[in-house]
Amino acid sequence: MSSLAMRPCGDFRTSYKKDNTIFETKTIRLVAILAIAAACLAPLILDGYFLTLFIQISYLGIAALGLNILVGFTGQISLGHGAFFGFGAFASAWLNTSFNIPVALCIPLAGFLTMAVGMMFGMPAARIKGLYLAIATLAAQFIIEDFFARAEWFSGGSSGSMAAPVNLLGFEFDTDQSFYYIALFALVFMYIWGCNLMRSRDGRAFVAVRDHYLSAEIMGVKLNKYRLLSFGISSFYAGIGGALYAHYLGYVSAEGFTIFMSIQFLAMIIIGGLGSIKGTLMGVIFMVLLPEMLETGVGLMKYTDWGNIPMVTDGLAYIKEMAIGLVIILFLIFEPEGLAHRWAQIKNYWKFYPFSY
Amino acid sequence: MNFELLLQLIINGLIVGLLYGVVGMCFVLVYKSTQIVNFAQGEFLLVGAWVCWAFLIYMELPFVVGFLLTLCFMAVFGVLLQMIVLRPMIGEPIISVIMVTIGLSIFFQSLTKWIFGVSPQSYPQVFDTQSVSVFGLNIELAYLMSTIIALCIMVGFFFFFKYSKHGLAMRATAFDQQVAQSLGISVKQVFAMSWGIAATVSATAGVVIGMVNGVSDSLSSIGIKVFPAVILGGLDSIVGAIVGGVIIGVLENVAEFFDSQYLHIGNMYDIAPFYVLLVILWFKPYGLFGTRDIERI
Repeated sequence: MSSLAMRPCGDFRTSYKKDNTIFETKTIRLVAILAIAAACLAPLILDGYFLTLFIQISYLGIAALGLNILVGFTGQISLGHGAFFGFGAFASAWLNTSFNIPVALCIPLAGFLTMAVGMMFGMPAARIKGLYLAIATLAAQFIIEDFFARAEWFSGGSSGSMAAPVNLLGFEFDTDQSFYYIALFALVFMYIWGCNLMRSRDGRAFVAVRDHYLSAEIMGVKLNKYRLLSFGISSFYAGIGGALYAHYLGYVSAEGFTIFMSIQFLAMIIIGGLGSIKGTLMGVIFMVLLPEMLETGVGLMKYTDWGNIPMVTDGLAYIKEMAIGLVIILFLIFEPEGLAHRWAQIKNYWKFYPFSY
Repeated sequence: MNFELLLQLIINGLIVGLLYGVVGMCFVLVYKSTQIVNFAQGEFLLVGAWVCWAFLIYMELPFVVGFLLTLCFMAVFGVLLQMIVLRPMIGEPIISVIMVTIGLSIFFQSLTKWIFGVSPQSYPQVFDTQSVSVFGLNIELAYLMSTIIALCIMVGFFFFFKYSKHGLAMRATAFDQQVAQSLGISVKQVFAMSWGIAATVSATAGVVIGMVNGVSDSLSSIGIKVFPAVILGGLDSIVGAIVGGVIIGVLENVAEFFDSQYLHIGNMYDIAPFYVLLVILWFKPYGLFGTRDIERI
């Protein structure tokens, strides 16, 4: 939808159906289908490291898309997405171990549980917005994090909880190669769902609430309902992402879901582009690859003239964090519309190549 | 019921609360004059405390000199931060502004961890005696000094805004930026100045807390604790920030007391303010002294 502004002149839509398609041209659709087909074959060629990265991209990508629906499309702010992600992870493990529900069913159920929790904390969103909401969700982040550390029945307390691998019709998805397909399926499914949501009545209502909430209300969009619904859907996505994470790693510990994770999710959607589904995925890929790149770069530094600088190699963990902070700042100052915008510009440049005007 | 412990905790709460109030005041100052919510407030404390520590330990300066140098450094630091990072963000949507300050906060947090390490360090001894007795209660001298400093800062703020020319300019800018600009006030200068003041005063609080508890990255959590305080007091009220800070400071200690004596839930000291925060946002989002935001079409 955000690509509307980037559409070249002379490109008119003559029907609503054409205006609403997911893929603007046949070529784009073909490329998308081919990309998915190629992704299906990837485990045959790529080794475990790349598969791990891909699986990471997919569960983070699902959660980040949820956040983008909330922040980018509805214009609400959430600083508690990491906690919701963690809640999904624990909920799925808990449902599986306590009630013996099969894992394949646990993942969506965990999504719904997280949705309920998200809506509970999103309730102030009906009354407050902008910065007050940011602070309310900040409180939610700390309260949920505290809950993880305390609720032994739910999360196993400080010792964490175990999560069984996904088991479908007697087949265990416990290797990288097999879990890859689960992750790929979930990613494609949730992204198509996200695209379709944004084409529907509810999706348009979200955008209306974001663009001008008073006008939206005058047009008959129920503000409270859609703000709450947006919180719910975003938490649902976070829950699904978290559940996948839990069943991939097989173990969930209470420490990982801090405010830093929430910030990373926000960084992903800002780098990718607020209000862009394609951009979300780009941002996630960027944020997953950034620390890996830094690590490789520092590893390669050994072979250069500088040699092995102990300050850099020892402080790599901090350098990675610093890079995240720096990337957020630089993107907001120099590229506030994110990678999606840049991508559209590059595409347009080549489309009109030698005569851009 | 252990009244003596409760009283001691309440006094501790008052002292810590006053410091929350000081940091909250800086937060409100930045918010009022520049409309920026500063999530990097805690990092001002952190950077200030570490810089002062470095002056005292590495360069072996006497405390007063090191402290004054720190203040100068932080003033420049705050102004530069505003000029380089926050000036381009004027007019951007609120989410971007919030994210920039969050980015700054992550950056400086990990930078200080990288340079100074994660283990807490203590300042060299400043006072000869450790604690004094006031009305039969033992109070650490550093605490007493922190209270005095906090009160001095508050009085200083009051006089600055009430009587100085720059204070008047800042109040005018907070009231209406366009009107202030048309009256010949350099809004740019006011923005830079408010960040400079916020950084300097926060750093003072950071040094004071560092002297009592040692310097470590837990200092930056004060920046988060400030949110319950300023929301309780009302986001755009300086008096509210002080009152809110004191209330939150006392509240977390009282919550800790009841928790350790009766409830045994654990971790109440850190988490109780956030429950309060949620309740306030639910029922009275503009806090005790904040101006109600009335929106018209």
